[in-house]
Amino acid sequence: MTGTESQSWTAIDCDVHPRVPNMRALHPYLDEYWREQVIDRGIDTLESIAYPPNAPISARPDWRDAKGEAGLDIAQMQTHALDRWGTSAAICNCLFGVQMVYNEDMAAAFARAMNDWLAKEWLDRDPRLRGSIVIPLQNVEYAVDEIERCAKDKRFVQILVLCMGELPLGRRQYWPIYAAAERHGLPLGIHAGSSYHHPVTSLGWPNFYLEDYLSQSQGFQSQVASLICEGVFVKYPKLKVVLIESGVTWAPGFLWRLAKFWRGVRFEVPWVKVSPLETFRENFRLTIQPLDAPETGDTIARVIDHLRSDDILLYSSDYPHWQFDGDAVISPAIPDRLRRKIQVDNPLATYSRLSEEAP
Amino acid sequence: MNVDVRPPIQTERTKRVRPAIVDCDIHPRTRSPADLKPYMSQRWWDYLQTYGARRRHGYTKGTPYPKAQPGEASRRDAWPPSGGLPGCDLDFMREQHLDAYGITHGIMNPLGLTGQGDQNREFSAALTSAVNDWQVAAWCEPEPRLKASIVVPYEDGEAARAEINKRAGNKNYAQVMLLSRTAEALGRPRYWPIYEGAVEHDLVVGIHVFGYSGWPISNSGWPSFYIEEMTEHETACSALVTSMILEGVFERYPTLKVAMIESGFAWLPPLGWRLDKHWKRLKDEVPHLRKAPSEYIREHFWISTQPMEEPEKPDHLIDVMGWIGWDRIMFASDYPHWDFDDPFMALPPSLDEERRRDIFAGNAQKLYGLA
Repeated sequence: MTGTESQSWTAIDCDVHPRVPNMRALHPYLDEYWREQVIDRGIDTLESIAYPPNAPISARPDWRDAKGEAGLDIAQMQTHALDRWGTSAAICNCLFGVQMVYNEDMAAAFARAMNDWLAKEWLDRDPRLRGSIVIPLQNVEYAVDEIERCAKDKRFVQILVLCMGELPLGRRQYWPIYAAAERHGLPLGIHAGSSYHHPVTSLGWPNFYLEDYLSQSQGFQSQVASLICEGVFVKYPKLKVVLIESGVTWAPGFLWRLAKFWRGVRFEVPWVKVSPLETFRENFRLTIQPLDAPETGDTIARVIDHLRSDDILLYSSDYPHWQFDGDAVISPAIPDRLRRKIQVDNPLATYSRLSEEAP
Repeated sequence: MNVDVRPPIQTERTKRVRPAIVDCDIHPRTRSPADLKPYMSQRWWDYLQTYGARRRHGYTKGTPYPKAQPGEASRRDAWPPSGGLPGCDLDFMREQHLDAYGITHGIMNPLGLTGQGDQNREFSAALTSAVNDWQVAAWCEPEPRLKASIVVPYEDGEAARAEINKRAGNKNYAQVMLLSRTAEALGRPRYWPIYEGAVEHDLVVGIHVFGYSGWPISNSGWPSFYIEEMTEHETACSALVTSMILEGVFERYPTLKVAMIESGFAWLPPLGWRLDKHWKRLKDEVPHLRKAPSEYIREHFWISTQPMEEPEKPDHLIDVMGWIGWDRIMFASDYPHWDFDDPFMALPPSLDEERRRDIFAGNAQKLYGLA
């Protein structure tokens, strides 16, 4: 990427959410067997309790349509987000709950259908849009097949998984996915959400939805620890991992803790040769919404200082989720000198496929 | 940490101040389970011999994630010359720890065979009660610097409450002790009788990390390594602090004081910010809260220092301590475990004297009413 090329970019939104309205929308993208299955068995939706559609966080009030829905209509996304904020590219992360399915064949069929639906209904209709490949993590072979299939379309710029799944993501059985990711220059995007195959806390199922949403940041911490400790970045040093809708402020304290324990018990993971802090700065990226810190005072600036890197944060609106008001996608508390890096330079350095097709 | 013998390190800097030290986390051990026999009925002693402890994991002995050092994660130099496990010999603990560092008070948090969280409810009640008798007879009476913690059969709230009632009024007990990995998050109503007992008798509730909830320790299932288990203790603490606040525990028990022990602490300010941020959006779900969640943290939680997070720049930790509140941070060594924090070396060097004094002793003296 040369300086001249990057200047043609204005803002790269690393997290927007087109919403699959219901299973019927996927019917055209299912083969005959699965179409019959979903109809005969009354599978109407895979909508996840991670985002109850009417919960305040699931859509900003001014982005809901007359029926209270949001994220269903490309024209609305253009008006509310893409045009309004001068977005040059936006990465679409679909959260329809394919990851919750137990039947691995069914999961593979739904993932395929969703990726095709995204390409046709969204990516084809606005050249600014890019996609994340939803994979059926339930079966690693199927997941790799789906990556290979979608990677041919350069508009797919990352692989998407949820932060809470069946097993921690560093586990070796998942490594063929990371080999494919590295091969195709696709970051692994880990988005908030759960397969709900385990409780969302290590103390069981919580009482409130608020606890569920808050527990996401704990899930991200576990995944970072797992990916680093299992040695994923020793084997796949070029792999980038993007933590999406993860929150930001938990990261320094968590990394200090992990790095300290690594110094104490590194005999257990002898392949991890450098501090987790360094690996994090090299291989991990964080999207900026939600920014979970007081937006007045210098707290945010100090937390960014604690990260000791200007390369980590990526611009994201999390549209249509309600994380901020007005047009403050980048909180005013983020130091000005970082704006351009967060909006353009860091996303371009993370998503190599973006620059393969400049707008 | 793997040295055979290490006397306390004395440098110019560490000699500079020898403050009074209250150590909020010392782990005493029995020489053998027979030490508890005098405090158990024949029935439960026989039960212990026949079935043993049954925690919510599969091992009769040892732990699902093998620890970093033998002797249940002990310092190599803490094995008493008299035999037995580190932490079982009062004279040696005095010599190696209490006297060597000038510890004025030590709060004992018994781990291991205590009955806390055992699958058998009645056995849990019998064994915890025996451990409470043993702490006072074997430790507090011969060594008044040491304070006991009331261990309780926490999965049975009423039985736990009864144990608190039985011990309250005895000044040898500094607090009620829970573990962090309970079967449900600690805000749930099943645990409220414990808080009721604590506030009635003006006792701190100390929550020490560990225990076995029976659920995977990550919300994505079981990780492979001990290093991951160690980091995951914090995620459990985040979940339990969240639960206690959102369930309204502090509205119900406004005088309740909670000390987080061996949990580290750099996670606490970001948790408060995250709670506030999303509570603002979702507060209609928890209308019983009367203020921002971080305010409950500030008013009701104390933290102990070990294992202290270690930033690349030590002053970053001072930011974090300031966010928590200088009156809320209490020194803990975790003696005799391998990840022991040396009081002479542990705190960031640029911390001023007044704050060192508060962290080493003042805050804990105030919270626990230690003269």
